[in-house]
Amino acid sequence: MNANAIEAAGLRKTFGSARFLMRSGSATRALDGLDLTVRTGEVHAFLGPNGAGKTTAIRILLGLLRQDPGGGTVTLLGGDPWRDATRLHGQLAYVPGDVTLWPGLTGGEIIDLLSRLRGDGKDGKRRAQLIERFQLDPSKKARAYSKGNRQKVALIAALASDAELLLLDEPTSGLDPLMEEAFREAIAAERSSGRTVLLSSHILSEAEALADRVTIIRKGRTVETGTLDQLRHLTRTSVDAETEHPVSVARRAGIHDASVVAATAAGCTRLRCEVDNTVLPALLRDLTDAGLRSLSCRPPTLEELFLRHYADQARTESAS
Amino acid sequence: MITLAGRTRPGHGRRSGGDRAGGAHGAATWSLTGTRTLALFALRRDRIMLPAWAYVIVIGVCANAYTFARLYKTAASRASLAATSSSNPALVFLYGRLNGDSDGALTAWRYGVWAALFAALMTIFLVIRHTRADEESGRLELIGSARVGRHAQLASALAVAVVANVVVAILLSVALPFFGMPPAGSIAFALAVATCGLAFAGISAVAAQLTASARAARGIAIVVLGAAFLLRAVGDAAGPSGPSWLTWLLPLGWTELLRPFAGERWWVLLLPVASFAAGIVLAFALTARRDLDAGLLPDRPGRPAAPAALRGPLSLGWRLQWPSLAAWAAGYVILFAVCGAAGKGIGQLVGTSGALRAEFTRLGGQPEIVNAYLAGLMLLAGLLAAGYGVATVLRLRAEELGNLADPVLAGATGRVRWGLSHVLVAVIGMASLLATGGLATGLGYGLRAGAAGHWVATMLGSGLAELPATLVVAGIAAAAFGLAARASAAVGWAALGLATALSLFGTVLQLPRWMLDASPFSHVPHLPGGAVSAVPLGWLSAIGLALIGLGLAGLRRRDIG
Repeated sequence: MNANAIEAAGLRKTFGSARFLMRSGSATRALDGLDLTVRTGEVHAFLGPNGAGKTTAIRILLGLLRQDPGGGTVTLLGGDPWRDATRLHGQLAYVPGDVTLWPGLTGGEIIDLLSRLRGDGKDGKRRAQLIERFQLDPSKKARAYSKGNRQKVALIAALASDAELLLLDEPTSGLDPLMEEAFREAIAAERSSGRTVLLSSHILSEAEALADRVTIIRKGRTVETGTLDQLRHLTRTSVDAETEHPVSVARRAGIHDASVVAATAAGCTRLRCEVDNTVLPALLRDLTDAGLRSLSCRPPTLEELFLRHYADQARTESAS
Repeated sequence: MITLAGRTRPGHGRRSGGDRAGGAHGAATWSLTGTRTLALFALRRDRIMLPAWAYVIVIGVCANAYTFARLYKTAASRASLAATSSSNPALVFLYGRLNGDSDGALTAWRYGVWAALFAALMTIFLVIRHTRADEESGRLELIGSARVGRHAQLASALAVAVVANVVVAILLSVALPFFGMPPAGSIAFALAVATCGLAFAGISAVAAQLTASARAARGIAIVVLGAAFLLRAVGDAAGPSGPSWLTWLLPLGWTELLRPFAGERWWVLLLPVASFAAGIVLAFALTARRDLDAGLLPDRPGRPAAPAALRGPLSLGWRLQWPSLAAWAAGYVILFAVCGAAGKGIGQLVGTSGALRAEFTRLGGQPEIVNAYLAGLMLLAGLLAAGYGVATVLRLRAEELGNLADPVLAGATGRVRWGLSHVLVAVIGMASLLATGGLATGLGYGLRAGAAGHWVATMLGSGLAELPATLVVAGIAAAAFGLAARASAAVGWAALGLATALSLFGTVLQLPRWMLDASPFSHVPHLPGGAVSAVPLGWLSAIGLALIGLGLAGLRRRDIG
């Protein structure tokens, strides 16, 4: 078994014009040097805003698109996703981001069809459990399903398979919170049974709750990759504190986005800020000296991390 | 006036005494806000489609008027044509009853019912496109959330239908006098066609309320149209002694009962206008009784699990495409059985006009008139089957664009297998349509002319002889799909259009031989009656298969989506 289920390096993909006309300006670069490594057996989150190239990357992994000539290398389950597509597809299951189904077929028929197309054996018990868990009515025609229900059909077909790799493109974008919870439980179960999952998303709490490692992409390029802890190591802590006396934070380096409310209802001063982790001990001393009443510290959510990441990038780009 | 709230139900929201007017009876408050904007927008969306329909209807009528004036110059030849056609039940079935023997009456006979049929089809597609199809796709939800009245969508669709049919009526009543036809008859004819369209506007508006799917709504309206054609045809063919009252039942019969060019019965126009009005009232009453996106007919639940047969791309392709093939086959049975039966009297009919005889022998490619007629029918069967083949192959492109190729290709299904699945359905479908057309023609002709067994076998062979040529046309569509997917629809339909034009008009225009040879149908032996040669059939098949192979090879190499 390979140590890495997916290895992609320097992927480039251009749309919109013949390649020899690429400099004509009408072409769009969907991927521009994407690196992605997914280890066997992990849940890997693939994060990026809309239009970052997540879906294009997944379609290359599926062999539906081919990277530009000389545009990087990609290996999936030890094979070439373009050349060995049919063989590899027997070992993976895919849930597209925008699930469209044949309107005249029922959900149950489509679940069966998809698993037969993959070449799976019939596992009726697992299928029934998943239909129960996701509360899907399999006898309805696909045209009558809402977006969330169409997504459930694709998810059930993927989860019911015995594929070793699951490629999920924004799988929860149409699900309600209850179903999202059911989805998380299902993914946790997959991880413990040793399946590899690549989960693209722009919903960061999902990655936080599920993923072992994260790759963040923007404009078709990988900007960050690692475990969540590794990413947070580079980051700041959010501090929310109430003190009896005002604390002066303006002169201290490493404290960002500070807001100070002079007199709260309790007659205290309230400070909110983002702190570089190296400065945290010094700030805590200052707060104690100022008569600390209450304090909450928490690691930043991926949202904050994400927002700052892009804000920083945009700033450096506009500066250059 | 805009109504923000839904309809008020009795027992709800009843305020202080006597407030039971309007909404309290359960009817939605009438609101047409935005109808004008929506209608203009619909006209803009249809700016290509509607002129094309109007062009086909008007040009069809004018071409017939011109042909009759050219082929039957004398009153005697017209009288003789009228006598033979009125005594041929199959022709009466197909075209209707002939009222009189003037140029106008002949045109109204030969194309009146069919022009009305096209106007009805135009209107059905138009009304469903702007009502149920928009609702099903979710566009209506977006529109309905704007400052748009509850009834505006249906009202705007009906307004556009009225505009389209009025335009057709004006064009026809202006054009026909140019062919020497009396103005009163021309206006009557134009109104007969347009009011038939309007009657079907009402029927489609009702159908759009009944089902949740646009396809099913269109199906209901087209079934009514088919029934209208059959009732009229049976009523006409039965003659005065039979159940001729059937012709009075549905709109298509009214076009001939109006008797354009033969002592117009203007009051008959009240029938389609009244049924249009009734359709409108019923449709609006039904909208008030249903929710957005819901139909009145329940969407039946289907199987909770797939049957064992649904297991690969081929069975999926078949499952998706068989309803359309069944509809085509039913159409083939009716059309070719009737046309075959009409062949019995063809010698007599043609005897009255040398020009018509020349026309038939040219199309059929041989001097013996019955064989020429039947061979011409098989050419028609071939061209139609090629059209079916192109549409079926292009379903691949529709599936690809609708993101429905991805789930199949993400399974352990090779691209060639997926592509081949729909191509195979196309080939099997074309073969069965041609066999159906041949059998139906043979049966229709044989039952009237005798020796049915012989004719069924002969015509089956003649029909299937067209298969290699249809294979080439479908192959071009398949090659375009693999090699130049974006252009595939244009290339496929252009190939069919070119083959049709060359086969039908090539010799009339006296085009050079090499140009005529560009149509695969030029190489098919003229059957029955012509010399059978396997060689051209062999290499046509080889070209068709090679084109399919080329397309599948291209499909393996290109990006999907």
